Amino acid sequence: MRRKRTELAAADDRRAFGEGMRDGVPIGLGYLAVSFSLGIAARSVGMTPGQSFLASLLCNASAGEYAGFTSIGAHAAYLEIALVTLVANARYLLMSCAMSQRMRPGISPVHRLCMAFDITDELFAIAISRPGYLNPWYTYGAVLTAAPCWAVGTALGTMAGNLLPLRLVSALGVALYGMFLAVIIPPAQKDRVVAGLVPLCFLLSFGAAAAPVLRELSEGTRIILLTVAVSSGAALLFPRSEEEA
Amino acid sequence: MSDNIYVYILIMAGVSYAIRVLPLTLIRRQIRSRFLRSFLYYVPYVTLSVMTFPAILKATQHPVSGLLALAAGILAAWKGLGLFRVAVICCGVVLAAEFLLV
Repeated sequence: MRRKRTELAAADDRRAFGEGMRDGVPIGLGYLAVSFSLGIAARSVGMTPGQSFLASLLCNASAGEYAGFTSIGAHAAYLEIALVTLVANARYLLMSCAMSQRMRPGISPVHRLCMAFDITDELFAIAISRPGYLNPWYTYGAVLTAAPCWAVGTALGTMAGNLLPLRLVSALGVALYGMFLAVIIPPAQKDRVVAGLVPLCFLLSFGAAAAPVLRELSEGTRIILLTVAVSSGAALLFPRSEEEA
Repeated sequence: MSDNIYVYILIMAGVSYAIRVLPLTLIRRQIRSRFLRSFLYYVPYVTLSVMTFPAILKATQHPVSGLLALAAGILAAWKGLGLFRVAVICCGVVLAAEFLLV
């Protein structure tokens, strides 16, 4: 009886792994294109293709890596780059919190450690959209297809950045901002507070880049200060209700 | 350059992983604080907005093409197009605009 159940679970895991690999394909293709522009950003701060490949393989983050590369370009202090990475990746903290509520009770801690490695907007979205407890093997399948695309795309961007005409580099350079917009705009349609916060942040960030004292700070530090100030203010003025938050 | 790029990369990797692994391994029940939950909810939108503008104006050869890409990106995202397509549209707008501007 017990043996039978184990076999069933194993078959389930195998199927989930296959489905994960399949669902990882369109994500991987998107990653390949977007990470290319990240690679260009890495190149512009003097990183080699090997270094940007390593960074993407280990970090798996668009905004976080971009912010990190900017700090590298500015020769930021180690503490500053840690803080910048923390702030730019804060949403993964939230996603990890959400995933923690969907883990099968008694699941091996090893699965928790492995599943955490590649929590991204897209991989989180496809994993959490499946019903029931999260199957770690589904996540592993998706990561196995998508993650290499992310790293390879970054390296290609760093390599080809100088082979491409300036026009094309300029055009691909905005791909990341397009991605950011695709993350912030849809929730702004559903949530009035977010809808107000987005233009407010544009304005404050624009102002801070020009304001005395603030403009002397690095871009990363300004991002941290503004994020903490605006998010705290919003949380105090517009706290989320229990069902929403 | 005295600061080592591999140290930078390792710090980025360590922090990125810590952020993802700590809640998943440590949290076994719902976060209670309403302020903290609200704060965490707003952080991603605020930080991405701050990073997008005015930086997008400097990413291109001409600030006007960056501004056009911003407008096109907002419109495309508003229409519900996904991550990938919004990114491609922004690139296309810059490419087209800079044939005229630069």
